[in-house]
Amino acid sequence: MGMTNSAAEPTALIRARGLTKVFGARTAVAGIDFEVRDGEFFGFLGPNGAGKTTTMRMIAGVSPRTSGTLEIFGKDPDLHGSEIRGQIGVVHQQETLDMELSVRENLLVFGRFFGMDRASIATRADELLELFQLGDRAKDQVEPLSGGMKRRLSIARSLIASPRILMLDEPTTGLDPQARHLLWDALQRLKRGGTTIVLTTHYMDEAEQLCDRLVVMDQAKIVAEGSPRQLIVEHASREVLELRFPNGTESIDTKVLEGIGDRYERLAERVIVGCENGEAAHARALEHGLDPESWLVRRSSLEDVFLRLTGRTLDE
Amino acid sequence: MIASLAPRAFSVFERNVFVYRRQWLIIVTGFFEPLFFLLGIGYGVGGVIGTIPYGGADVPYAAFVAPALLASAAMNGAIFDSTFNIFYKLKYGKVYDAILSTPVGVGDLAVGELLWSNLRGVIYATAFLIVMLALGLVASPLALLTPLAVIFIGFSFGAAGFAITTHMRSWKDFDFLFIILTPLFLFSATFYPVEIYPGALRWIVELSPLTRGTHLVRSLCFGDLNWLMLVDIAYLSAISFIGYRHAVRRLGVLLLK
Repeated sequence: MGMTNSAAEPTALIRARGLTKVFGARTAVAGIDFEVRDGEFFGFLGPNGAGKTTTMRMIAGVSPRTSGTLEIFGKDPDLHGSEIRGQIGVVHQQETLDMELSVRENLLVFGRFFGMDRASIATRADELLELFQLGDRAKDQVEPLSGGMKRRLSIARSLIASPRILMLDEPTTGLDPQARHLLWDALQRLKRGGTTIVLTTHYMDEAEQLCDRLVVMDQAKIVAEGSPRQLIVEHASREVLELRFPNGTESIDTKVLEGIGDRYERLAERVIVGCENGEAAHARALEHGLDPESWLVRRSSLEDVFLRLTGRTLDE
Repeated sequence: MIASLAPRAFSVFERNVFVYRRQWLIIVTGFFEPLFFLLGIGYGVGGVIGTIPYGGADVPYAAFVAPALLASAAMNGAIFDSTFNIFYKLKYGKVYDAILSTPVGVGDLAVGELLWSNLRGVIYATAFLIVMLALGLVASPLALLTPLAVIFIGFSFGAAGFAITTHMRSWKDFDFLFIILTPLFLFSATFYPVEIYPGALRWIVELSPLTRGTHLVRSLCFGDLNWLMLVDIAYLSAISFIGYRHAVRRLGVLLLK
C-alpha cells in the first residue's frame, strides 16, 4: 500500500476513519475514527447498544460497512474478508461452541476451517487445552461445562490458528468473579506473548484492569479516547465522594452541591462528587447541612469518566 | 479431490463427519423406510398385480418400483439433512456464526453442507442398490451407475431444501415441508408409469424433480439408455444451481448483517 510509519510510531493493525453502519433507520455506528496498534490491548467501553458489537463485526469482516474506511493489516475487510479472518480469532458474546462436538473436537474442527493440517492442529489443540486448564475435559461434551469453562474453551478455540489479533466481545459477561479473574489472567498472559487484543466491555473495572488504550462509546459515537489513567485524569477528579440519599436527591439545593467539590452528578438516590480530597469534601457536605444515610470515598474510575461524559451511569 | 479443490468447503463437510462418527445409527435409520415400502408395496401390492408394462415389456412390479424407491431414498437423505439439521445449525446452534468468523465464507459453507447432505443420499441409494441386487431386482449392469446418478438428485433436493430452510421461522414451518414431500413421493411416477396421468396433469408430474430423478434411475436399472436422461440431468442441475445461489444469498442476509 506504500504507507509508511515513522519509526517511533508502532504499526496500526486496525485503522478506521469515519466508520459508519446504518441498519434501516437506525445508525448503529456513526462515523468513528480509531486505530489499534500492534501488540496493544485495546478496548471499546460503553453501555449496551452503543455500537461496540457492530464495530467488532465490521472488523471481523462479517458485517459490510455502510461508509467510511476500514483497514485491517492494511486491507479492506469487505474485499479481503477471508484472508483477514485467517489472522483474527473471534470470541462472540453469545456462546457459539459446537454442542454436537466434544471439547477437543471443537478445536480440531476449527483448525480445519483455518486450513491447518491435522498434525499441527492436534499439537496446538492439546497445548491450548493445557493452557486454558481444560486438559482433563478434552473428551467431554461441551454442554455440561460451567460458564467459565465454556468461555475459556471459546478463547482456546479462537486461538487455534495463532491469530495476530484476538477479538473478544463482552468476554466476562455472566461469569462469577473467580472465573472472571481467571480469564483476565489468561488474557494478560496472551498479551505478554505478543497477541494484539481488542475487547468490548461494559464493565469499567475490566477496561481499567486490562486495556492499554480504550475508546468510550455512547450512542454510536466515540466520546473519549486514551489510556484508562489518562481518561481518569482528563475526565474525572482524583477522588470521588458518594453520598447516599434513599429518599431521593431532588430536594437538595444545587448551590450546596456546587460548594462541596470540583463537580457533581445528581442521580436518583445518590450524589457523586468529584474532588481532590474525599474526606475534606465529606466534611464540607456536613457543614452545608447535608445528612446522607451513608457515604464513601474512593479513587476515580472509568465509571466516573463515563458518568462525566454522558451524564448517565453505565447500568442506566 | 474435493479437499484440494475447495478446502474450505471440505472443512465444513468434515465438521459433519466428526458429528456423525458418534451418531451413525441415525443415518442407518433412514435406510429402512424405502426398504419397508419395497416390501409392503413392491412385494405386497406386487403380489396382487404381478407385472406392469414398462418399456414395451411386462416387468415384475417390485422391479418397477424399486428404482423409484432408490431415487426417493436419495431425496430423503439429502432433504432431511438440508432442512432439519441446517435449521438447527442456523437458528439454534449458532454453528454458522462461529464458522463464518473463520476464513470460511457463505459460499464455502453452502457447498460443504450440500456435499454432506448429498453423501447421505448416496449412502442410502447405495445401500438400497445392494438390497435390490440381493433380491434380483436389477435388470442391467448399468444399475451400478445409480450411486453416481443420485448425486444429481441429492444436489437438487439438498440445495432446494437449504434454500427453503433459510426462510423458515420456527420448527412449526416444517409442517409445510411434509405437505410438499408426501405428494412428491407418492405421485412422481413412483408406483405407476407417468403415462397414467391425463393431459395437463401429466406435464405437471413430469416437472417434479423426483419424477426426473426416478426416470434417470429407472432407465439405468433397466439398461434403457435414452436422450431424456440428459434432460433429467440438466433439469436437476438447474434446480441445484438456483437453490444454491438462493441459499448463499439468504445466508448473507441472515448472517452477514
